[in-house]
Amino acid sequence: MKPVAAIVFKDIAIEYKNKEAFSSMLLFGLLVVVVFSFAFEGSDRKALAPGMLWVAYSFAGILGLNRSLNMEVDNDCLQGLLLSPVSRGDLYLGKVAGNLIFTVLAELVILPFFIILNNLAFDRILLWIAGITLLGTLGFVAIGTTLSLISAQTRMREVLLPVLQIPMTFPVILSAVQATSLVMSEDSEGVSFPLSLLGVFSTVYITASYFVFEYIVEE
Amino acid sequence: MRSRILGIASLAGIAVALYFALVYAPTEQTMGVLQRVFYFHLPQAILSYVAAFLVGFGSLMYLITRDLKWDRFAAVSGEMGVVFTAAQLLTAIMWAKPIWGVWYAFDARGTLQVVLLLIFIAYFMLRAYLPDREKRAKLCGVFGLLGMIDVPFNYLSIYFLRTQHPQPVVSPGGGGVDPDMAKTLVVSLVAITFLYAYVFVKRLTIARVEEEVEYLTQVVLAHE
Repeated sequence: MKPVAAIVFKDIAIEYKNKEAFSSMLLFGLLVVVVFSFAFEGSDRKALAPGMLWVAYSFAGILGLNRSLNMEVDNDCLQGLLLSPVSRGDLYLGKVAGNLIFTVLAELVILPFFIILNNLAFDRILLWIAGITLLGTLGFVAIGTTLSLISAQTRMREVLLPVLQIPMTFPVILSAVQATSLVMSEDSEGVSFPLSLLGVFSTVYITASYFVFEYIVEE
Repeated sequence: MRSRILGIASLAGIAVALYFALVYAPTEQTMGVLQRVFYFHLPQAILSYVAAFLVGFGSLMYLITRDLKWDRFAAVSGEMGVVFTAAQLLTAIMWAKPIWGVWYAFDARGTLQVVLLLIFIAYFMLRAYLPDREKRAKLCGVFGLLGMIDVPFNYLSIYFLRTQHPQPVVSPGGGGVDPDMAKTLVVSLVAITFLYAYVFVKRLTIARVEEEVEYLTQVVLAHE
């Protein structure tokens, strides 16, 4: 576990100094929520809200993933990481943990604004949504970390990540939206299927990426 | 020689399948002649999944063996996937407008195919932006493998969407079909599978030649 923790602390230290990933994700996510609130003025807010939230989350998440891996490739930091006595799989887990922390932090700040702008209540449901956010984001960054390191090595970089990421995370977004809307309509019975799908998705992709990460980073 | 036999078989097969689908099969009671597009729609859908599976298989084999022939195999399967998924969606659109009254409903199965098409297209975008041959094979191998794992998840997640897609009639527990209709379906499935195999083999040969040309060009340039 030690190498994983070291990579996470390295990422936290960098982020603490420049605050680039967190602030860009937060601002972008808030902008998406605000624009959607204007655009759907007058329509049935409660039905649209879960989708709106997850669109904001996934766009903001892609922004953060792009920053996190481009930073490693740009200054040849990846070379340094590869030379250090860390297994490729641990490197992947460390990056996932770091990405998960920043993305969830930004999302948890976006969430109250989303509640206010959509005139929802601050109650038990908020905790449920926060839980779904955590689980959904885990699936999102589990595959996103791998895909962003792939796209960082191409000529298109920032443009390519959403093209790869959005179709691949379709099950995550759909399950998370479904779980959120079930929770918002106080129907917590049906929520176990989307939540278990999210859990299985994350587990499968973390395991698969753990093994294939070696192929992506090798020269 | 092998590809010529496949070519003749697919040409004859498609002619027979057209006869079966347009003339031999009885007209469906509620949908009328429009239902006949189904004989091409279902085989295309099946083969689009076969293509997805073959992309994943080729990618996995490349990562294990590091033989570029498997990368070509995966890339050509991806191309076949784009063609068959798009053709399948096209037949769906042709059928949905008169029957449902809309070109495209956010229907569970339709969405699944759209997502599959997007994954295939993403695979090609990735190939196009990786100029280095080895690197392209490696990174696309990883993406192809992860993309194949995604298909069953997509399949599970569409249960959240409403569906008005006709329920499967030929699966176990389905309603069952007229024996003539079932015969037509089998004929058209076989014919389209031959077509798939023919185009696949041809394209694989072309891909190999393309690579040789690329290699020779580089050798010539290096000598100048």
